[in-house]
Amino acid sequence: MTHSSFNPTALDYVAGGGLMNRRSLLRAAAIGGGATFAGLTIPKGARADPLIPDWVKVAGARARGYGMPAEQEADVQRAIIEPYKEVAPSFSISGTPHQKLRGTITPSGLHYELHHGGRPDVDPDQHRLMIHGLVDRPLKFDLDSLGRYPMVTETHFLECAGNSLFNAIMPEPMQAGCDVLHGLLSNSEWTGIPMSVLLDEAGVKPEGRWVVAVGNDGPSLARSIPIEKLMDDAILALYQNGERVRPEQGYPMRLLVPGFEGNMNVKWLTSLWATDAPAHTKDESGEYTELLADGTSVEFTFGMGVKSIITHPSSTMTMTGNGFYEISGLAWSGAGPIRKVEISADGGASWAEAELVQPVLSRATTRFRLPWHWEGAPTLLMSRAEDLTGAVQPTRSDWKARYDPSNFLHNNAIQAWQITAEGMVQNVYA
Amino acid sequence: MSMRKLIPAAAVLFCANGAWAEGPGLGQALSAEEIPWYASYAMPDGRGLPEGGGTAAVGAGIYDGKCAACHGATGVEGPVTPPVGPNDIWAKPAGRYWPYATTLFDYIRRAMPIDAPKSLTNDEAYALAAFILYRNGVIGEAEAMNAQTLPAVVMPNRDNFTDVWAKQGATPW
Repeated sequence: MTHSSFNPTALDYVAGGGLMNRRSLLRAAAIGGGATFAGLTIPKGARADPLIPDWVKVAGARARGYGMPAEQEADVQRAIIEPYKEVAPSFSISGTPHQKLRGTITPSGLHYELHHGGRPDVDPDQHRLMIHGLVDRPLKFDLDSLGRYPMVTETHFLECAGNSLFNAIMPEPMQAGCDVLHGLLSNSEWTGIPMSVLLDEAGVKPEGRWVVAVGNDGPSLARSIPIEKLMDDAILALYQNGERVRPEQGYPMRLLVPGFEGNMNVKWLTSLWATDAPAHTKDESGEYTELLADGTSVEFTFGMGVKSIITHPSSTMTMTGNGFYEISGLAWSGAGPIRKVEISADGGASWAEAELVQPVLSRATTRFRLPWHWEGAPTLLMSRAEDLTGAVQPTRSDWKARYDPSNFLHNNAIQAWQITAEGMVQNVYA
Repeated sequence: MSMRKLIPAAAVLFCANGAWAEGPGLGQALSAEEIPWYASYAMPDGRGLPEGGGTAAVGAGIYDGKCAACHGATGVEGPVTPPVGPNDIWAKPAGRYWPYATTLFDYIRRAMPIDAPKSLTNDEAYALAAFILYRNGVIGEAEAMNAQTLPAVVMPNRDNFTDVWAKQGATPW
């Protein structure tokens, strides 16, 4: 048990289950003084010899060319999911361990992966980006010449349309961490060339309404993308979090269509083929179309819906005693910036608005937080996000009701975590 | 002269100069011979389909050797997205759920089998498309699939799709 010296009063509570005013801690610190803030009491009269650790008595390690996380953090890994391990191991997935991260940028080595045919070994010297089809000037670009173009830098999330699939289709909630349940979401700072600049250079003809983007991987993954989106805000990304795009994310270049389902952000991009109509590629025919409850389907469902998850606490964690915690999580929307995140600690009976950590960027993850005093009783935690268009996350039952029971795509339903009296955090449907 | 005054002048110069308003124009001319076939896609109306053809009978043999391990002995067992339906694993089997038959040919040719993509000939890819369509009851066993017949196949689920982009743009469904 940890003991907090912070004792909230009735005035600090803003909703049921111990949710507190966003500024409660600041007020407490001002009243009580920093020395007694949140358990940081300085013991008086303690006169034992202080422990002097070994590392302060020796010279430290030398500088190194590429830094790595502390050895003690070696278990911070992506969760590997191989649905067809025996017969098709290259169809492989890894999920970002959100329960072990606490900012908004996903470290590049922890960005999620979903490869339909494995990660190719692309030679950047041979790689070319081609723009052809309904264009005035078919063009090819090598990496060196692309490096001379004016670049933009933007932060955007990527989310696989199949993120949160287990919660979509498992009859009983799977007891797994955020890495497995919601790990096919990541957020990076991307630097590259506005796609409009390259398409304008090739001169897309008026009848070129769609562009089929093709990757330089084994399956030559292909998606048809509306020209409006490419001209509006798409980026040819060359850098991810300041360094070259990682092989897992499309080295040496990938397409970024902010807010659109992950599959359309074609990795290892090698071809943009302007056409008058969508090609109905495999991924836009069956893989990423959704069966509805009435037996019909929806196709070309590009935008990712507004969504949030509480990452702290989250399933597989154990509470370390009652008292103060900061509830923290991530919210995002393919339609634009997050406007509001509400949190409930009483199963949805009452809600309190969380603080959004600034800056709130469009089509990027926003971290939210709210002080919370857990009394040690069973508690049902939920978060509900709203974006600037006014779209709000649906409940799981409302989301399920729209689709065929088999559908696991575009699940943006509210996630509920059950905290037991023993402090176990569990995945539940609510 | 301040930068603020220079920028509009420079923009006018660039725009007057040619097609590239914002870039240095470093793209190299791309000839048709340099473009691999997988950089485009067979369209639903048949544009882009190559010469060649095949029947389900021929496709059955290829399927046994190169596809059955992943997709199942008869196309319904899986484990990977069985193309024949109905099945107990995958609600969207390619041979009856996909809106256009041309996609079968193109995807098989570019991406299958997963450990040797682009190893199949055009004839083999047509034959496999024919086999999958036949196993789904969409075409007869003796019907050859080729650049003329494949786009003429009317897929049973074709009219059951709502185009969300056309309906509401990027607004999430």
